[in-house]
Amino acid sequence: MNMSTVAIDLADVKKSFGDKVIVNELSFSVARGECFGLLGPNGAGKSTIARMLLGMISPDAGKITVLNEPVPSRARVARMRIGVVPQFDNLELEFTVRENLLVFGRYFGMSARKIEAVAPSLLEFARLESKADVRVSELSGGMKRRLTLARALINDPHLLVMDEPTTGLDPHARHLIWERLRVLLARGKTILLTTHFMEEAERLCDRLCVLEGGCKIAEGKPDGLIDEHIGCNVVEIYGGDPHQLCELIRPHARHIEVSGETLFCYAPYPEQVRVKLRGRAGLRILQRPPNLEDVFLRLTGREMEK
Amino acid sequence: MGESYAAVMPANAYNWIAVWRRNFLAWKKVALASILGNLADPITNLFGLGFGLGLIVGRVEGTSYIAFLAAGMVATSAMTSATFETMYAAFARMDAKRTWEAILSTQLTLGDIVLGELVWAASKSVLAGTAIGIVAATLGYASWPSILYAMPTIALTGLVFASLAMVVISLAPSYDYFVFYQTLVLTPMVFLCGVVFPTSQLPGSFQHFAGLLPLAHSVDLIRPAMLERGADSAALHAGALCVYAVLPFFASTALFRRRLLR
Repeated sequence: MNMSTVAIDLADVKKSFGDKVIVNELSFSVARGECFGLLGPNGAGKSTIARMLLGMISPDAGKITVLNEPVPSRARVARMRIGVVPQFDNLELEFTVRENLLVFGRYFGMSARKIEAVAPSLLEFARLESKADVRVSELSGGMKRRLTLARALINDPHLLVMDEPTTGLDPHARHLIWERLRVLLARGKTILLTTHFMEEAERLCDRLCVLEGGCKIAEGKPDGLIDEHIGCNVVEIYGGDPHQLCELIRPHARHIEVSGETLFCYAPYPEQVRVKLRGRAGLRILQRPPNLEDVFLRLTGREMEK
Repeated sequence: MGESYAAVMPANAYNWIAVWRRNFLAWKKVALASILGNLADPITNLFGLGFGLGLIVGRVEGTSYIAFLAAGMVATSAMTSATFETMYAAFARMDAKRTWEAILSTQLTLGDIVLGELVWAASKSVLAGTAIGIVAATLGYASWPSILYAMPTIALTGLVFASLAMVVISLAPSYDYFVFYQTLVLTPMVFLCGVVFPTSQLPGSFQHFAGLLPLAHSVDLIRPAMLERGADSAALHAGALCVYAVLPFFASTALFRRRLLR
């Protein structure tokens, strides 16, 4: 790839804390204007990678380039054109919404006049126009996240680095953030986001990288990964003895997984599975197209999660 | 390795101002309570010891005890206000409030932040020290212009103790450890450095040791200024204070790098 079209490039990056390997020989590239997702369970190394891109953690080995600047050595220069939405809100709680933007803009060397000029459009973007003079401690969780997003845009960044931008939000607030992020993508911003929400990754990301234990276990477009790893319908069966049911439907299934009381049957012709199960009492059957969660769980194992 | 330490030092001569202004904005919201809170303790000491002990002690080094003590209290309040601002408020901004983390995602470096915090803490020292000077001058224990002469030393004292406290917070796992610094370092320093009685009252070996302590240099500059006497070896005292301000600044920035940017 031509460097001017590449926003982020990682090559063979390694990081350990003590004996624990956090990131293991990771390489990926993000093109300008792309939304790239780092998907993985808690502890997969997502936040460490996000912090490495900002120069806040130095890799033990490998090469990182962000917006054509080598990181961490010239991370400060790169950060002038990066907006950051951290995993945990670090807004100024005693300040008003407007004061938060003022203080943050000054960290980028912006004059008060310039900050005042851009603040109204940022507040409008974050749907916080009516809250401009409200103290941040009085805002809801969703509003705080939107203010964090507006704050990240104060320096008109080329790249946004977002560490779990919607964790802890209710569905309404989450959808509003997703909608706002799509607007930013339409404006040509590059977004790198970490998430453990499959739906978020599927809705927003052009490409994503699935991580486990600091290693890349898959990379590609969401629908490409779904086709490649699942490629057929999924029948979820609740109730009954999973192992007994397993034997019954095996001839019609490409693959079967058992998770607790639930049986996941990957079947090219789900009707055949339904026919087999017809007349059995106490079963609930859900047939649906495959999604990223199936890919994720296929790759990392159904029983993995906490 | 050297390169990575260079990258955390202040990026330029003015980035720190944004950090100072952030703290100023926060302080403005609670200014009155902050000023009263900072003044109550030293003024109580000044009057309690000054009038009470002053009656027994009589004159010290050719002046009234309360005038002698006033200069010591100015230096001490500069020390404590910078120390407490750094140990409690800056520590909270570095740790629980995640303010530093937010700033580190902008184009500021760790050194910019530490420098901004130091100058801010020194600003609060100037406020506290000057306020005591004004009380003393109003009551006739110091002359008005003398407060102006003392001000550069008050500011430098603030920088020194903010800088030293920065090293403490860069190493302390939590608030609980600060009490050791207070009780084992700061409190003894008040009694060793000529704040409440002349150092000539100390045993000889203590006098030599006390002469090395930063608060002693500070008192040796502020007291002559407030009593309008010429200070002995002023350049030496000022130089020592500068060393006490600058070395801990670099040490704490390097220590913060290890703590915050791994």
